[in-house]
Amino acid sequence: MRKLHAFNGGVHPEGHKGESTGRPIETMPLLPRYVVPLRQHIGEPARPVVKPGDRVLRGQLIGQPEGYVSVGVHAPTSGRVLAVEPRPVPHPSGLADLCVVIDSDGEDRTVETAPLDWRAMDPSALRNRLREMGLAGLGGAVFPSFIKLNPGARRHIPILILNGAECEPWITCDDLLMRERAADILAGAEIMRHMLGTEEVLVGIEDNKPEAIAAMTAAAGGRGVEVVAIASLYPGGGGKQITYTLTGRVVPAGGLSTDVGVQVFNVGTAYALLRAIRDGEPLVSRIVTVTGHVVRPGNFETRLGTPVADLLRAAGGELPDATGQIIGGPMMGFGLMDEAAPITKSVNCVIVKNAALFPAAPAPMPCIRCGACARACPAELQPFELYWYARTRDFGKTQTYHLFDCIECGCCSYVCPSHIPLVEYYRFAKSEIWSREHEKQAADQARERHEFRAFRLEREKQEKAEKLAKKASERLEGGAVAAEDPEAARKKALLQAAIAKAQKAKEAVRPKNVDNLPPDKQREIDAIEARRAQAGQAEQAAETEAKR
Amino acid sequence: MTGSPHTVLAGNSVRLVMLKVLVALIPGIVAHAWFFGPGIWVSLLLCTLLGVAFEALALLMRGYPLKPFLSDGSTVVTAWLLALSMPTLAPWWLYAVGMLFAILVAKHLYGGLGQNLFNPAMIGFAVLLVSFPVYMTQWPAPVELASHTPDLIESFDLVFAGQGAVSPDAYTTATPLDLLRTQRLAGDEVGGIMAQPAFGVVGGTGHEMVVLMYLLGGLLLLNYRLITWHIPVAFLGTIAVTAGVLQFLDPTNHPDPLFHLTSGGAMLAAFFILTDPVSASATPRGKLIYAGLAGFLVVMIRNYGGYPDGVAFTVLIANMAVPFIDAYTQPRVFGHGRKEKGK
Amino acid sequence: MLSAILVMAGIALVLGGVLGWAAIRFRVQEDPLVEKIDAILPQTQCGQCGYPGCKPYAEAISKGDADINRCPPGGEEGVKRLAELLGVEPKPLGEGLEHKPKSVAVIDEALCIGCTLCIQACPVDAIVGAAKQMHTVVADECTGCELCIQPCPVDCIRMEVIHEDIANWKWRYPVIPLKKVA
Repeated sequence: MRKLHAFNGGVHPEGHKGESTGRPIETMPLLPRYVVPLRQHIGEPARPVVKPGDRVLRGQLIGQPEGYVSVGVHAPTSGRVLAVEPRPVPHPSGLADLCVVIDSDGEDRTVETAPLDWRAMDPSALRNRLREMGLAGLGGAVFPSFIKLNPGARRHIPILILNGAECEPWITCDDLLMRERAADILAGAEIMRHMLGTEEVLVGIEDNKPEAIAAMTAAAGGRGVEVVAIASLYPGGGGKQITYTLTGRVVPAGGLSTDVGVQVFNVGTAYALLRAIRDGEPLVSRIVTVTGHVVRPGNFETRLGTPVADLLRAAGGELPDATGQIIGGPMMGFGLMDEAAPITKSVNCVIVKNAALFPAAPAPMPCIRCGACARACPAELQPFELYWYARTRDFGKTQTYHLFDCIECGCCSYVCPSHIPLVEYYRFAKSEIWSREHEKQAADQARERHEFRAFRLEREKQEKAEKLAKKASERLEGGAVAAEDPEAARKKALLQAAIAKAQKAKEAVRPKNVDNLPPDKQREIDAIEARRAQAGQAEQAAETEAKR
Repeated sequence: MTGSPHTVLAGNSVRLVMLKVLVALIPGIVAHAWFFGPGIWVSLLLCTLLGVAFEALALLMRGYPLKPFLSDGSTVVTAWLLALSMPTLAPWWLYAVGMLFAILVAKHLYGGLGQNLFNPAMIGFAVLLVSFPVYMTQWPAPVELASHTPDLIESFDLVFAGQGAVSPDAYTTATPLDLLRTQRLAGDEVGGIMAQPAFGVVGGTGHEMVVLMYLLGGLLLLNYRLITWHIPVAFLGTIAVTAGVLQFLDPTNHPDPLFHLTSGGAMLAAFFILTDPVSASATPRGKLIYAGLAGFLVVMIRNYGGYPDGVAFTVLIANMAVPFIDAYTQPRVFGHGRKEKGK
Repeated sequence: MLSAILVMAGIALVLGGVLGWAAIRFRVQEDPLVEKIDAILPQTQCGQCGYPGCKPYAEAISKGDADINRCPPGGEEGVKRLAELLGVEPKPLGEGLEHKPKSVAVIDEALCIGCTLCIQACPVDAIVGAAKQMHTVVADECTGCELCIQPCPVDCIRMEVIHEDIANWKWRYPVIPLKKVA
């Protein structure tokens, strides 16, 4: 029996898992229209590579990864691109974001796919393929998987953890996936193990999912994979928490689990990886739990881009007196603003609320420093101190109290006797700090550029003066050659030295504003140049047209 | 936009916390009524009513809604703690002055619930102690030793109308701590003093039973997980150790540790007053330092200070040190500094 | 009497010496005031304050020549921070100055004739292009100072407000009405 380690705090919210585990995973029927956001992962959003009117096939790349931390986005079915425009997306802000809208042609034809020979492939090429195939963590953070599958040159990652804890109440998509597709998950883990050079594979599952544990244990036989039942304690499925629980290794603050030789993947990601490699199929669908106040709660294999409204319809629709939806779990999720927003790689659950299951939070009272939050905090923070400083916008102090170690799990808000929305204060403080940091960088950059410009203007003035002086001296030279005046020769030598020096200086300080541009900016400029060339041609054409 | 978590919360509330504290105080109150007469009911009732009235006044003046803050129970806890700390059967205005300072000055001038730097009840108590010292020495005599114990009606008369038919000497007396102090100043030895009937078995007749009930209530609070072991253990432990060392050095002038633990306000402070979360240290190490400081000061004031019992002052001094203690005792955060192991 | 005076004088001398030595030895190297003021200014370099850039304005403030409420891009928040730094009362923005939402300049590339006037006007070299070639604004570098608008002979530059999108969206301060809002 593996020795398990208990992290600090944690809470026991009501599980509500039973509501949605009654039926096997259902596949959503094909819809007439999909709205596929280009920002479905952490990092840079994908760049659209289709335009309205284009025909696409299922699995065709419609969004090209942009920058390093980015992955591809693919068409969920075959059809025609209706628009590439901002549409509502599942985000706490309720803002719209760039999406590719695809009208399905009903044929659901797929691009040609071929399995990848992962054992034979060069690891770097394999990772690039996964990047293009859109693989990102399906546990909720949607970090590009190809980066996590890179062990790096010097790092040895002896332990791979498959996270099947699913500690958030209500969500059961990982549970069902493990029950029904345990062998596939483990086959995906096999590939991960190969890519990372890992020796030990652990599967952590909370003990409130006996069926999943049984299925995984049965499938694990002979694979050298250990399935471990861990205590059901929220947030036991947090990356740092499950790492500590299973291995006793503490992920350093601000660091990654790989710093202690552990890599953690959600079970859903392992399954998606297998699909990508075995079937050569890009990430175009995921399992989503629909639960709460709906007619037929359950889990649905859902194409990315499926509007939430359609998914709710598949679950039989909302029951009367529903009071809105939550995207994600009740502890960390957010309220959905628009049912037209689509399912993305990060959406693991849609919960329909009603007044009884999700009552409005009681009116908050002042903090009485009772310390219940500190006892519940899995990051071992002092939430009430953080609250105090976040509330008064003393952002420096929030950082001395380690604001950025907060994982926003919501345990503190859950236990707070004063019902203070603590996590909201921390999120506010975090984004305020980020934005100020960003502004400061922008200001520093502007200052630097302004100062450089002043320097450049000064230099140009000098150069002009030198040119004039040179011209003058040349004239002088023409008149003085005959005289063979030693005085004139000396002056000439001096002048030449000065010019040489100025030229040297000029070479040393090259203007910075157009050279050494970062690639993306260079690309931007290039694109503009190209457009201008086109525009110029068009204009010329128009002119010749007019002349005729 | 609604923030997470969106769910039925843990069912905790300020009101519930305060209610549990009140429940935990009940054994002590019952013991008090049993061993010192029913006068305590009068002072509890009076302090509660005064507290609510002052709280309402302060909330109205500050523009806060009455309902959530009057019903949060914090005022009642303050009122009960003050009533239990004060001599019963004192004139009504004495309670009024105490509650006035507790609620209006110590609580609301500092910003109301959750903002007070000092324990409100102890502020009220300390103000009375320095302003009306005579009244604060007229403690009810234990039923066992009193020539007369006023009943409930008589208690009301005494509190609201002043002198009753009986002379105060019949029902009031000095506490064991008072006796000890005055007689030691007169040059008597501790052993002799403590042989008197007022001193009971360990901490004074009547007092020791009430203290035992406070201990019981304190264990209840621990069981409710409203307090952690740190403050009571550090406080009582420091008292015992300090008193033990002093007694070892000079037994003729210092009473034994057990007496210190079971007399005066020590036990009430250990579980109910020092543990008031708003004014107490909040970090585990901080709590040990905070309560240890208070425990040390209690024994020092009792043995060398100008007051027979130093609990109120030590609580206030310890409260004052809290921001400083907390700032320097922040616990290690998950993922931070494991260096203390190796080096 | 004399000895007392001598002793006191001696003590004064010694202490004075120690203090003087400590003042030099433990001197804290502080940013000059100009730098501190400059750090608060938003570096838009727009010149709305009447000075040819943020640094000259900072210098003017530190000399006492300029008021602290002349910087519209910094807005009320900036004035407040300057007031805090200088220990004076904050005041509203000066007459005729108003805080606008942050924007970037955008050149209509179809209209641009490539005159380079805007390039010369840009205080942070955020416009690229050459003579007779169309110009374009590097949005990341643009401070939104609007100095390029006026020189353009064909009015092909406009200011576009930076809208809130998912990338720059911020969590709001939680509003919890503890106090009755009268």
